[in-house]
Amino acid sequence: MLDQSYYQMTDEIIGRYGKAPASLIPILQDIQEEYRYLPGELLTYVAGEIGVKEAKAYSVATFYENFSFEQKGKYVIKVCDGTACHVRKSAPVLEALLKELGLSKKKHTTDDMLFTVETVSCLGACGLAPTLMVNEEVHPTMTPEKAIELIQELRGESR
Amino acid sequence: MMMDSKEKILAVREEEIQKLNASDCRILVCSGTGCIATGSHKIYEKFMELVQDTPGIEIEFAPHDSHDEKEEKVSVKKTGCQGVCELGPLVRIQKKDKVIQYTKVQIEDCQEILERSVLEDEVVERLLYKKKGKAYLGPDDIPFIAKQTRIALKNCGKFDAESMGEYLASGGFGAIIKALYEMTPEEVVDAVDKSGIRGRGGGGFPAGRKWKQVARQPEKIRYVVCNGDEGDPGAFMDGSVMEGDPFRLIEGMMLAAYAVSAQNGYIYVRAEYPMSVARLKHAIACMEEAGLLGDHILGTDFSFQLHINRGAGAFVCGEGSALTASIEGNRGMPRVKPPRTVEKGLWEKPTVLNNVETFANIPEIILNGPDWYRGIGTESSPGTKTFSLTGAIENTGLIEVPMGTTLREIIFDIGGGVKEGGTFKAVQIGGPSGGCLTEKHLDVPLDFDSVKKYGAIVGSGGLVVMDEHTCMVEVARFFMSFTQRESCGKCVPCREGTKRMLEILEKIVAGEGEIEDIDRLKELGEMVKSMALCGLGKSAPLPVLSTLREFMDEYVEHIQDKKCRAKVCQSLRRFMINPEFCKGCGKCAKNCPVGAITGVRKEFYHIDTSICIKCNACKDNCAFDAIYIEA
Repeated sequence: MLDQSYYQMTDEIIGRYGKAPASLIPILQDIQEEYRYLPGELLTYVAGEIGVKEAKAYSVATFYENFSFEQKGKYVIKVCDGTACHVRKSAPVLEALLKELGLSKKKHTTDDMLFTVETVSCLGACGLAPTLMVNEEVHPTMTPEKAIELIQELRGESR
Repeated sequence: MMMDSKEKILAVREEEIQKLNASDCRILVCSGTGCIATGSHKIYEKFMELVQDTPGIEIEFAPHDSHDEKEEKVSVKKTGCQGVCELGPLVRIQKKDKVIQYTKVQIEDCQEILERSVLEDEVVERLLYKKKGKAYLGPDDIPFIAKQTRIALKNCGKFDAESMGEYLASGGFGAIIKALYEMTPEEVVDAVDKSGIRGRGGGGFPAGRKWKQVARQPEKIRYVVCNGDEGDPGAFMDGSVMEGDPFRLIEGMMLAAYAVSAQNGYIYVRAEYPMSVARLKHAIACMEEAGLLGDHILGTDFSFQLHINRGAGAFVCGEGSALTASIEGNRGMPRVKPPRTVEKGLWEKPTVLNNVETFANIPEIILNGPDWYRGIGTESSPGTKTFSLTGAIENTGLIEVPMGTTLREIIFDIGGGVKEGGTFKAVQIGGPSGGCLTEKHLDVPLDFDSVKKYGAIVGSGGLVVMDEHTCMVEVARFFMSFTQRESCGKCVPCREGTKRMLEILEKIVAGEGEIEDIDRLKELGEMVKSMALCGLGKSAPLPVLSTLREFMDEYVEHIQDKKCRAKVCQSLRRFMINPEFCKGCGKCAKNCPVGAITGVRKEFYHIDTSICIKCNACKDNCAFDAIYIEA
């Protein structure tokens, strides 16, 4: 059961876009931004409020990669694996991060809920490849060593 | 201030021009995604702080009448992409017509720049752009920038990307003023049609023809939609326009709306471009406040509302019908055409759908006329094209060149050749929907039709240069894994075809390919190409088909000789120990997780390649660099 505050927040978000089927995606995006994931209960609630079938809301939420039903870590690290980054060796950066955090291609979030590691197809900073993004901040010209340093820095920050 | 008539906007422009000219010195800090990543915001803040604290400097927003002649009027601005992203943070010091381009500016450098280049007329030599021992003073002296022709990127790097006033002072909104007061909607459509501009999103469909079709629909509710879902990995041109000159894009959309009598517009921006979303939102808010968006714009009958939609991470939404479905709140899946978007687009209404760069070109076409535009580029592809130049190349960054420029000019003259003296192997053009061009295509003029002849597409304009360290089979696998992951799953040829093609490619890079796989790939590729529902599916096999055509020998090597000449494919690497360098310390044997290394201490060690899992542990830890990879 979600706390009542979640529903209040959701009402506020729905208020931003209006109760119309076309508001579905922006509403879900704001919920995802607020809680770093999409709680299933809220999806059902939003569907009811804006007048779309629950199944439809679910089909939309599962179609887009940005929506996640699983809670994400405090720091969402998106390692760019776009062409430019790939050619300039982004794979070892990803491997180093997964190894450092004890994650795998199946397990994306650390148990302490601090880090989530994902790949992304392009961050638009190709001139500085390989890159990664921590929440909304882009970090340029990464190496496996720099990536691990970054993790240590973030760990320190959150202490 | 409300600008509800031509007189008012022209008066405001006069004021803004005066404001712009009033500053003795402008400190232009690049605020594109690349430079922000290297810390340009901190540089901006530092300059602001310094300017405010230094005696003898008056910050430019002080009221005019208090201007003391003895004081320097200095302004600090955040601009769009200045182009040489790799050398960020970039800062330009502009005094009237004189501009100095500084690169890799650090916090510690700001004080010195202020003292020497702002207050005095000296140059901080060590921060200049340098190539082959030569230092370049101004941005236009740098070959990378000097050889470009900028229309869509005209203002990028020169003006404050967040200031409507500066856009106005730079001549912005001139086209919409001209259109609203001097041209009928038909004349605007005509001008765009005559200019011959073709959609910059990939397909190259003539924009004017699209607009004409929308304009003659019986349905009166119409939409203008901008595709800012720049999903091609390795392309960042549209993002740079959205964040570097948002007002130009909006002006282009307004012109389209006026031309086809649309009342509402939507900009669909990729979720991965938070900066673009922020700048566009800011621009829209400024324009609404000034009455440049909304009802009765500039006191005319033209009304236009603009909305922003953020993408949610689906590459397929770059396809027109998927994009409109996504705006409507549905799964972004393409539909069968016809009816085309011009007849039934967003909410089943006639819709002009163009990409960012196309709209950004429109204001200049209206201002300067179609003949001027036709004078640039080639007969069948007039105008310029932006490219993002990345990969194994000396100068990476954002460029804009006339259509018809050859690859050789782009890669060697502008791009400075292959990185670190490597050998040019191929350039991937058009991203996952495009193909590879090689040495023999270097003199092909880059325009929509010529490139198509060689099995590639101009696409949105990603150019990724590859050298001998790139394995072309692996590149094909990389793109296929991308399109396979992004396939929306609606039609079988794309959903199943890309999956099978990927499986075969994975098999080949793992060293388990059979020679028949080549024919299977070709057959599947041709099938997907001819039968997939949408443009993305149809073009998904192109990277494979083009590498098969140009680099068949690499495929055969992978399959028959189990060899990857670029030493990229992990399974095909053979780890060896060079007895000359090996000191017999035994560290590698200790580190090997599978016991593949044996030998005698103080003599030399040997790797049993049949046991080796190619994990790199031995090579990473060898203190004598004795372990090498044999292709």
